[in-house]
Amino acid sequence: MKISLLAFGIAKEIFQTGQLTFEIPREDPTVGALRSRLEMAFPDISRLASYMIAINDTYASDSESIKVGDEIAIIPPVSGG
Amino acid sequence: MTEIKILNEPLNVDACIVKANDEACGGMVVFTGMVRNRTKGKRVVRLEYECYQSMALKELEKITQEIFRLFDIKHIVIHHRIGVLNIGEPAVVIVTNAAHRDAAFEACRYAIDTLKKTVPIWKKEIFEDGEQWVSAHA
Repeated sequence: MKISLLAFGIAKEIFQTGQLTFEIPREDPTVGALRSRLEMAFPDISRLASYMIAINDTYASDSESIKVGDEIAIIPPVSGG
Repeated sequence: MTEIKILNEPLNVDACIVKANDEACGGMVVFTGMVRNRTKGKRVVRLEYECYQSMALKELEKITQEIFRLFDIKHIVIHHRIGVLNIGEPAVVIVTNAAHRDAAFEACRYAIDTLKKTVPIWKKEIFEDGEQWVSAHA
């Protein structure tokens, strides 16, 4: 299943783009599956202190499912303020 | 009253105070996060901020809703700057206004502490000899 990812901060530099298309397994379209696929494709992501994944502007847990058309964002450690 | 803004231009602290002002309030707290000239002894040249705008506004909204639930305040204004910031410029202004000072202090502290943990805004420190995304690596 093809999904579109937004990336910010250091994640944007790791992916070398702020927006990319990514493939996740149709039989397991979860945040957790996306996480492990991402870490395989971009090992530098696992070297971050942590990172979150958001679905449609809300932080998502690994068990949540991703649907076609969802806005998925990769959120490296935030540092506002 | 709540006012939340993410701005790509210099922040106006006075405008935030005027916005939050209220004759019924006796305790106004203004927190201003400034761009510091050093990080761990290293000279910082400037900071570059970026944000995930739609989600950042939503997370800021959640913080203000929680503040009205937790503290007895009447008004809150949060302005966060993005883009390129020079040393000494304000990066964030938070104003809380309440009938009495205790609530205003506590609410303001809660706002900045939570903002730093949950709001998708990132800053990169630019040094004379390199750069780094703050907090990215442990």
